[in-house]
Amino acid sequence: MALTQEEILADLAEIVEEVAGVDKAEVQLDKSFTGDLDVDSLTMVEVVVAAEEKFGVKIPDDAVKDLSTVGDAVSYIEKNQV
Amino acid sequence: MATIREKQGAAHTRIMGVGGYAPSRVITNEEVCTWIDSSDEWIRTRSGIESRRWATDEETVLEMSVQAAGKALAAAGVSGDQLGAVIIATVSHMHQTPALACLVADRLGTNGAAFDISAGCAGFCYGVAQASDMVKAGSAEYVLVVGVERLSDLTDIHDRGTAFIFGDGAGAVVIGPSDTPGIGPVVWGSEGDKYDTITQTFPWNEPPTADEADTGEDGELRGPFLQMAGQAVFRWASYQMAEVSHKALAEAGITAHDLDAFIPHQANMRITDRLVKVLDLPEHVPVARTIAEFGNNSAATIPLAMERMLQDGSAPHGGLALLIGFGAGLVYAAQVVTLP
Repeated sequence: MALTQEEILADLAEIVEEVAGVDKAEVQLDKSFTGDLDVDSLTMVEVVVAAEEKFGVKIPDDAVKDLSTVGDAVSYIEKNQV
Repeated sequence: MATIREKQGAAHTRIMGVGGYAPSRVITNEEVCTWIDSSDEWIRTRSGIESRRWATDEETVLEMSVQAAGKALAAAGVSGDQLGAVIIATVSHMHQTPALACLVADRLGTNGAAFDISAGCAGFCYGVAQASDMVKAGSAEYVLVVGVERLSDLTDIHDRGTAFIFGDGAGAVVIGPSDTPGIGPVVWGSEGDKYDTITQTFPWNEPPTADEADTGEDGELRGPFLQMAGQAVFRWASYQMAEVSHKALAEAGITAHDLDAFIPHQANMRITDRLVKVLDLPEHVPVARTIAEFGNNSAATIPLAMERMLQDGSAPHGGLALLIGFGAGLVYAAQVVTLP
């Protein structure tokens, strides 16, 4: 069954906390990964790979550069989940 | 009809000696930050690099190769004229032809086979695989493999993404016959669909037109330089190379617990950290981290790190080490070896 936006956000926040050391409460839809959460480009790749495993989605390199906010990532996962 | 007689070489091979050459100019992060808008802390966090070595005009790829080779030959107890072949892995010998290996062979006093290979940062491991197979096939008894680079000649010092990464240097090994297995099966390959992820800004024969050209203050054309798609390379190197590492261990019939050293190509400390994690490498296994001091000098990183780890005692002579090189192509190669 497809996950809701809230469920995806909650799981993604846990990944960002674990991989990038950002408090998961900070991981909100309107936050930008680089600007607000201080997730650098290489850490972003680690977040993406963990998200691929968790949600069973493929996030190719070309798509990664378009994920500037947490909301972008949540929408991408929501649209592409199996 | 007459039949062709074949030759048989040694049953087993090993690395008999290793030698490195780190050039004399120490380039600090502070100096790099005079070219790009960055900071020491930013560079350390992103790459783990604290300084890198750049060659002087006199420290040519030939001179650095000869220095590293001399140390490797002395450590192996082999003289230059005993070398049946010289293989040089490099992307920074600025002559399309002839090969740098011919000059190195001549300086070392051998007329053995000599050729260069272009396999980017995997070049050293490619060379080790070739050399080992040559000794087993009887094509040569002793083979010299050198990884040498002057990436400073190919670095755009104003590119914030790469200016702090690259360095220069050389490392060499002598490979010869052994009573016991000393070089495991190579796991190697290429992924040409990622050709554009690490490349040069333009081909030598197709310089950009006057309007597109990046010119310096003197109006001269700048480049070509090395360029990288950082995120794509990081993902490939950190995750897929862990799978390749596992395969190399399996092919050699050992597990990560049997290792006495892990010597990955020194591309970026973050890639090394991630590889160690994905590989689930046991804590007792020492890991090469020479990038902090030398930067990424491509084909030279693995033999330089090997020499350093043996010198400082962090890896034992005769111990088992997993080597993995990966880079432009994209290409990769990994093998388990016994340290000299």
